[in-house]
Amino acid sequence: MTATLSPGVTSYATPTDREVVVTRVVDAPRHLVFDAWTDPRHVPQWLLGPEGWTMPVCEIDLRPGGSWRYVWRKSNGTEMAMSGAILEVVRPERMVTTERWGPEWPETINTVVFTESGERTAITLTILYPSREARDAALETGMKDGIEQSFGRLDRLLRTMR
Amino acid sequence: MQTAPDRLSATFFALADPTRRAILTRLAAGAATVKELAAPFEMSGPAVSKHLRVLERAGLIARGRQAQWRPRTLEAAPLKEVAEWAGEFRRFWDGSYKRLDAYLHHLQHPEESDDRHS
Repeated sequence: MTATLSPGVTSYATPTDREVVVTRVVDAPRHLVFDAWTDPRHVPQWLLGPEGWTMPVCEIDLRPGGSWRYVWRKSNGTEMAMSGAILEVVRPERMVTTERWGPEWPETINTVVFTESGERTAITLTILYPSREARDAALETGMKDGIEQSFGRLDRLLRTMR
Repeated sequence: MQTAPDRLSATFFALADPTRRAILTRLAAGAATVKELAAPFEMSGPAVSKHLRVLERAGLIARGRQAQWRPRTLEAAPLKEVAEWAGEFRRFWDGSYKRLDAYLHHLQHPEESDDRHS
């Protein structure tokens, strides 16, 4: 159950080889949380990741068979787009979507479930990747050893190039 | 020319493979020829070339001009973009959920957080 989770803490789990489960408890009633997740008026207010990004494009056709598309933009002009299909909508408790970062990137199936817990709501997001490799890359676990090490060297290299 | 989102997707795709990550790690230490890259990984030339093509398309490596050796070098820019974005899965959700907390609070108590009303 969600009783052990506190607000303000995001928990991450990998129950299977291809899944990541992200759980968070928020201090708000379920219908409001559902709207915050699924209404294009609300989503660009918070689904922004680290500092410095905005979401100038947010389109959600909230019905089974509908589609969605988000575009994030950083102050330096870098853009990142994601889009997908909406497979299932059960207001206010559940939504299933597909998600893709681009034509070459594997598609994930994302299931978000909103569970009432008193006056709070638990948000359980399960992301199903097509392979373990794809999941690990997204989770940075696979990248950490190789790439982060490279970054250290790269930083030094870039400094000497200036 | 590729737009930034397309390039990021290509970068993510390239990084999803452990062999390609290993190649990048090797190149971070300095330029290398295809033959040099193939040696430690016990791969055939064509197998390495295939990986190199993916990396090249993602803008992660470049080819030297010396016709005979054509050493590959690492290109840093896309890696930095990735580090900022997907390398930070947790940071993405931690940051977003922190904002969601504040936003949900604002929706429920608009009078509290809106001190710019005057």
